[in-house]
Amino acid sequence: MQMEKEITVTINGEAKKAKVEPRLLLVHLIREDFNMTGTHIGCDTTHCGACTVLLDGKSVKSCTILAIQADGKKVSTVEGLLNADGTLAAIQEAFKENHALHCGFCTPGMMMRATELLQKNPNPSEDEIRWGISGNLCRCTGYNNIVKAIQYASAKIRGEALPSTEPIFV
Amino acid sequence: MIPAAFDYAAPATLNEALALLKKHGDEAKVLAGGHSLIPMMKLRFASPGYLVDINNIPGLSYIKEEGGFLKVGALTREVMLEDSEMIHTKYPIFIDASKLIADAQVRNMGTIGGNIAHGDAANDHPAVMLALRAEVVITGEGGARTVPIDEFFFGFYSTAVQPGEILTEIKIPIPAKGSGGAYHKLERKVGDYATAGVAVQLTIDKGTCTYIGIGLTNVNAIPLRAKRAEDVLKGNKITDALIEQAAQFAAEDCSPSTDLRGDIEYKKALVKVLVKRMIHKAMDRVK
Ligand SMILES: Cc1cc2nc3c(=O)[nH]c(=O)nc-3n(C[C@H](O)[C@H](O)[C@H](O)COP(=O)(O)OP(=O)(O)OC[C@H]3O[C@@H](n4cnc5c(N)ncnc54)[C@H](O)[C@@H]3O)c2cc1C
Ligand code: FES
Ligand code: FES
Repeated sequence: MQMEKEITVTINGEAKKAKVEPRLLLVHLIREDFNMTGTHIGCDTTHCGACTVLLDGKSVKSCTILAIQADGKKVSTVEGLLNADGTLAAIQEAFKENHALHCGFCTPGMMMRATELLQKNPNPSEDEIRWGISGNLCRCTGYNNIVKAIQYASAKIRGEALPSTEPIFV
Repeated sequence: MIPAAFDYAAPATLNEALALLKKHGDEAKVLAGGHSLIPMMKLRFASPGYLVDINNIPGLSYIKEEGGFLKVGALTREVMLEDSEMIHTKYPIFIDASKLIADAQVRNMGTIGGNIAHGDAANDHPAVMLALRAEVVITGEGGARTVPIDEFFFGFYSTAVQPGEILTEIKIPIPAKGSGGAYHKLERKVGDYATAGVAVQLTIDKGTCTYIGIGLTNVNAIPLRAKRAEDVLKGNKITDALIEQAAQFAAEDCSPSTDLRGDIEYKKALVKVLVKRMIHKAMDRVK
């Protein structure tokens, strides 16, 4: 076994230390060392996006990043999405109101990806949303209500009238 | 899937990184975006004993025009190309390619240097760099050397970058007035590697094609420049008949293999179609 190294990662605003082998993946640090199991492992091959977190504000697949690469950096996970007053963040409310999840396995990754998408482009077109979440797979919803949820969150963030939450059936 | 054990350092300077690479020789690998290397390590296709993470080295990430070249730092991420106004307006061929690489999360990490240094004919930037006649700056303890892209790819996962060296910059001669370029690949699903891909860069001067570069993705053991196809067009007025001939030569000269993405005949047919389309698209973009 290689030497363990001590790292400090600021996760959802809280600085945490951990002793890690260099080969430890970020997703395992989050789930097993920090006991935050909201970040999921789906494919373990960089395809499904269930493990998406923000690393210094950028959405990344934590199954394909070494924990040690997050040393000194900020990580945001689904556990940190809530507003400071404990209410749901716009993206969480949007998923809840728009039937944007069934089993919920993809949802944390979807919301983290959508968070960065909306930060970079607060008013995306439908095409930009679909393109933007192409690295996140959902086996249940058929995506339509996820797209609608991101449009809802976009309106909410920009302070515009909220679109209808009638589910889309296809 | 967990990689085999290895040791790791993230030096803060290029010199330290080069010293570590020298010290650990064949055992060591450079870690850039990690989005080719880490998947391979998880599958245990690669098990380097030592990783030199170059992400903490400042000054390796930039896009700038200088001294007649478009210079791209090795650590420049795909997303930086997408976000660059200059790339959108002057080098849309890079946007064509970058948009077709994996997905937003991968493009937040993957670097242009890594995309080339990986030496994989399935990656998209090599064909673009071949079409643009890029030059690759490789730095070792003795200093930097520049390798033309035509001499960069040696074989499967093998390039001109030697143990102890770091790819630091890619230099693209700024195309002359009257130039245009385009890239497209066919993929089975969004984010997939190319079934076949074609990059075309050309210059038209008073109706004559004075520069032509055609690079092919994933239809050969190493990224392939379609030289015979280029020769058909170079120095001539581009006509439909010549485009047809060039596309035919490109299809004849590549050697794809049969795999889950298609058989040889299918991939050659794709190359032929894409060469024609990309020549037209590059001509439409001439400015
Ligand atoms: C799901 C998925 C889909 C993908 N789809 C595509 C696609 O469609 N098209 C495409 O082009 N790519 C694709 N990729 C690959 C991705 O673009 C990689 O990021 C890229 O190939 C490698 O860049 P990197 O910075 O991640 O390199 P790394 O993974 O860090 O390194 C790759 C190799 O290059 C070496 N290396 C890296 N940088 C340097 C340097 N500066 N000097 C010397 N050696 C260096 C490393 O030692 C290693 O051997 C995909 C990846 C994934 C995970
Ligand atoms: S678990 Fe990381 S992308 Fe699927
Ligand atoms: S809700 Fe089940 S995978 Fe998306």
